[in-house]
Amino acid sequence: MQGSTVDNKSQIAIASEQEAEQGHGHHEHPDFRMVGLYIFLISDSMTFIGFFAALLIYRAIMPVWPPEGMPEFELLIPIINTAILVASSFVMHEGQKSLKQNDVGGLQKYFGITAAMGAVFLAGQVYEYSHAEFGLTTNLLASCFYVLTGFHGLHVLTGVLLILCVLWRSREEGHYSASSHFGVEAAEIYWHFVDVIWLVLFVLVYLINN
Amino acid sequence: MTLISLWYGQNHGLLPMAASNDAGEVDELFNFMMTIATGLFLLVEGVLVYSLFKFRRQKGDTTDGPPIEGNVPLEIVWTAIPTVIVFILSIYSFEIYNRMGGLDPMAAGDPGPQMMAHSHHHSELVALDTSQQNIALGLGISPESQQGINPLEIKVNGIQYAWVFTYPESGVISGEIHVPVNRPVALNMTAGDVIHAFWLPEFRIKQDVIPGRETNLVFTANQVGQYPVICAELCGAYHGGMKTQLYVQTEEEYAQWIQDNTFAMKESGESVAMNPVSNSDTEFLEPYAQDMGVDADTLAQLKP
Amino acid sequence: MSTTLERNAPISPPPPEQNEHPQRKWYEYFGFSTDHKVIGIQYLVTAFFFYFIGGALAEVMRTELSTPDPDFVQPEFYNQLLTMHGTIMLFLWIIPAGAAFANYLIPLMIGAEDMAFPRLNGVAFWMIPPGGILLMSSFFNGAPQAGWTSYPPLSLVSGKSGEEIWILSILILGTSSMLGAFNFVTTILLMRMPDMDIHSMPLFCWSMLATSGLIIIGTPVLGAALILLSFDLIAGTAFFNPAGGGDPIVYQHMFWFYSHPAVYIMILPFFGAISEILPVHARKPIFGYRAIAYSSLAISFLGLIVWAHHMFSSGTPGWLRMFFMATTMIIAVPTGIKVFSWCATIWGGKLSLNSAFIFAVGFLSSFLIGGLSGVMLASVPFDIHVHDTYFIVAHFHYVLFGGSVFGLFAAVYHWFPKMTGRMVNETLGQIHFVMTFIGFNITFLPMHQLGLQGMNRRIALYDPQFQFLNMVCTVGSYILALSTFPFIINIIWSLYKGEKAGRNPWRALTLEWQTASPPIIENFEEEPVLWAGPYDYGIDTESIDGDEDVEDMLAAVTSESQ
Ligand code: HEA
Ligand code: HEA
Ligand code: CUA
Ligand SMILES: [Cu+2]
Repeated sequence: MQGSTVDNKSQIAIASEQEAEQGHGHHEHPDFRMVGLYIFLISDSMTFIGFFAALLIYRAIMPVWPPEGMPEFELLIPIINTAILVASSFVMHEGQKSLKQNDVGGLQKYFGITAAMGAVFLAGQVYEYSHAEFGLTTNLLASCFYVLTGFHGLHVLTGVLLILCVLWRSREEGHYSASSHFGVEAAEIYWHFVDVIWLVLFVLVYLINN
Repeated sequence: MTLISLWYGQNHGLLPMAASNDAGEVDELFNFMMTIATGLFLLVEGVLVYSLFKFRRQKGDTTDGPPIEGNVPLEIVWTAIPTVIVFILSIYSFEIYNRMGGLDPMAAGDPGPQMMAHSHHHSELVALDTSQQNIALGLGISPESQQGINPLEIKVNGIQYAWVFTYPESGVISGEIHVPVNRPVALNMTAGDVIHAFWLPEFRIKQDVIPGRETNLVFTANQVGQYPVICAELCGAYHGGMKTQLYVQTEEEYAQWIQDNTFAMKESGESVAMNPVSNSDTEFLEPYAQDMGVDADTLAQLKP
Repeated sequence: MSTTLERNAPISPPPPEQNEHPQRKWYEYFGFSTDHKVIGIQYLVTAFFFYFIGGALAEVMRTELSTPDPDFVQPEFYNQLLTMHGTIMLFLWIIPAGAAFANYLIPLMIGAEDMAFPRLNGVAFWMIPPGGILLMSSFFNGAPQAGWTSYPPLSLVSGKSGEEIWILSILILGTSSMLGAFNFVTTILLMRMPDMDIHSMPLFCWSMLATSGLIIIGTPVLGAALILLSFDLIAGTAFFNPAGGGDPIVYQHMFWFYSHPAVYIMILPFFGAISEILPVHARKPIFGYRAIAYSSLAISFLGLIVWAHHMFSSGTPGWLRMFFMATTMIIAVPTGIKVFSWCATIWGGKLSLNSAFIFAVGFLSSFLIGGLSGVMLASVPFDIHVHDTYFIVAHFHYVLFGGSVFGLFAAVYHWFPKMTGRMVNETLGQIHFVMTFIGFNITFLPMHQLGLQGMNRRIALYDPQFQFLNMVCTVGSYILALSTFPFIINIIWSLYKGEKAGRNPWRALTLEWQTASPPIIENFEEEPVLWAGPYDYGIDTESIDGDEDVEDMLAAVTSESQ
């Protein structure tokens, strides 16, 4: 506001279109993407909380629960799946640790395993769906089951895709390093989030309704 | 200002007549709130209007006003006063609500929606399961009149776009509702299709009528007369036409009406007296009766 | 404080021509941009576009309601109109308009160059036109007709295709509003200029912080509800359908868990704008800065635990009704703090009665009525009588039109010079205000009485005894529609012919007035300087600045811009 001590030409040059398009101009601001990710996860968890709340209300107010004729949930596959998902979180963390030591190869190895574990999880779920004795519209609990696990499955799928993205990018020399690893970390945090949601889901859907 | 508020609070003339004791109490509550609101309204608007005239900027004056950034005692006052007001208001509302029977101890346990998936007949969609009668979503019997007289029970069924009333004692089915004066009436309500709401403006009571659940309303009329029954929840295109009449009658007239209708029903074996459209005197609806899809068949099906 | 630096900086002559600043080309406003100012204006213009559509629908409704019979439009079509009117006004007018000002003002007010995530910001905006067009398209195929609340089972059985389109478009618009909120929070919390601590940030930023919190927590739950509704509609599940064993009341809880906070999402940005506008035109500091700032947060917190007051006569047990009555009433306290503080701000000031200021006062006086009727509604025994009647319609138009829309107009008049570099025409602005204020009260005041007397809402046909008052409302609504024309003319005329505004026509202290009007592409020519608090009117800045007081600084700024 005190008038420019800088001359006009350089000003115009600085504020050139191109720079503006980049989203940040002459003063780099720190990287806020991680904060953005956390805020997003708060929102995302509210969606799940919405679904869980609906399920819990049904459970609380319905005169007959679980609904008549609803078979017990088969627990074998979900338990294996839970184990896989929890384990994958640790595997993934190893990947991140490797990167912190500038070991991109290690990153690729562990992230590859994680993605594979995620894929196995999804396959397990598909198997579960195809062998279930109830369909989407059989009754309320069945509907809740499909919608909740399905919505969570979409998150797992997204997570796997994110990991694959990281792997793809890591092929480029120096894209990720001990000092530059937003993508890696974001994918990992997201994966842990999906993992935690699964644990809650496992309790609220499978365990307490059996 | 206080005087104006007090006066306006009592003399706003905004409410229709009150046909029950509870309604009178609700009106008193409203008058009380109206008094407070008028006071606050005059206070704030007064300040605004006064400021607009008094503190206008003089032409050519470019100086600033006094740099007052706050005043803690004042701020405490205007935080405390509203707090006290809403506190009183909550207690008062609670009291009235309790007297109206809103906290009927029976109302504590809501058994939740009934499972209607199992009903095979359309008629059973109205899953009135009286064995589960330990609830009241809505207004129950007020604590004062709890003992003594047993209320007259009437079943209410809301369908697009009509009300059907069933008197379990006599088996009368009607499209309009008749009740004796000065005797508690308990409505057990449910809906056959979508959500409706049973509203008696002159009694200041309303309760949603929900498919798959039972809701209740208890009221005691204290004046003979004819009052509108209005559906107050959007239920489709002719929601505005879903009306009928409540007749509050003397004990004798009411007995007579029951008798006439029991008789009529036995005689024809058909549900003649129940087409709500022709019974209600909402003349302007006549041309739409067809669109409204309320025909004898629908009603006959609903007959238990 | 960087004022030590500042004090010695010589006041050098300003650049000869403002035009030398690089400016956005007109076509950039029609494409994907990452500049928060462009995006802000895109939001604002889009919102106004939908306002005119939503308003036109309201006029058709009012015309229908001038007589008791459904003669002007069919009842079914009437329900489509009211659903679309409500949805458009809320999701395509007020919420985007709030986001418009947030986008435009936040970075300027905190001395940043742009939002934290500019590209995300552009994406957020560009979800709105498709969402809006999608919603409109339902008119060709049977619009939704279950009200903006879309309660099942009605929404499951009437106008199915329209209903599904409605769900999709709300999901798109909701996502857009969430993306916006992510940006606002991050920007406000992390991108303030170094000297600005959170307590010297303009109150508008506080209110956007509170708003964004509500969006982040509330909107996903609406999303969940709509996804379940969608399954019921398309896949034949029965979450909310009693005919299949579900429960419609669960939907109501999920819906209102978002939609009650949503009403604060719609009012808080304008509370913020009012807090900016009043001090400037009253030439007095805001009264009780911290009280106002914290009450925004209090409102937003309380807003999350009152939702069932929309369900007092629905499937809500008695004791729950009492709980929600108490929490709802408490909201009067923080809101009262704001209202009283605003009154105290004008008290004893030097008021310029320009368009921005009188709209702000209009806001105060109408919002008050809506707020007082809101507290009455919170009282369960009374709400049982008036729930779903025209009393409710009156209440929410007083808060939404009398509150949000008046606040919005005040904001438009106040920041128009900043956005365009030109002043508005005061005469037209005042005509606009007078017509709006009169038309508004004629339209909505009688509705209180209608509701109390027994007229329920969402009806195309009503009892003939209500005809007179309805006629009054309809006439009022025509005045209201006409009142838009002075505004439109004013905006278009001022855009081309308005007096040049200069940097700081209002001699305001917040940072957005420290740059050119319209601001240059990256907002500030050099690091902006915090040489006074946002509302330090009439305060001798000696304490901060040694030898220059606000008057001198203002004089410098003003001369510079001419
Ligand atoms: C901008 C939007 C907005 C705002 C700000 C509000 C603000 C409030 N609203 Fe409103 N409301 C709506 C929009 C809004 N509302 C809408 C759209 C609906 C209908 C939805 C539908 O069904 O379609 C609705 C419906 C609605 C209902 C449900 C009615 C029903 O359907 O039966 C209730 C009930 O409690 C309610 C209450 C309140 C309260 C207590 C406030 C409070 O926040 C008001 C606080 C303000 C004040 C009180 C005034 C200033 C304070 C003072 C001067 C201090 C002193 C005051 C006292 C001590 C009383 N509102
Ligand atoms: C911000 C929100 C907002 C706003 C601004 C308005 C504005 C108006 N509303 Fe709205 N209204 C709602 C939100 C809003 N409404 C909601 C949420 C509902 C509930 C819906 C439901 O029940 O589901 C509702 C319901 C509602 C009803 C009740 C319907 C019913 O229950 O049966 C009525 C009835 O009178 C009404 C009337 C009006 C009128 C006359 C205006 C006027 O203020 C509008 C004035 C009009 C204009 C300013 C437009 C002028 C422009 C033109 C005429 C065209 C010019 C065109 C060009 C220049 C291109 N509204
Ligand atoms: Cu039934 Cu409205
Ligand atoms: Cu609310």
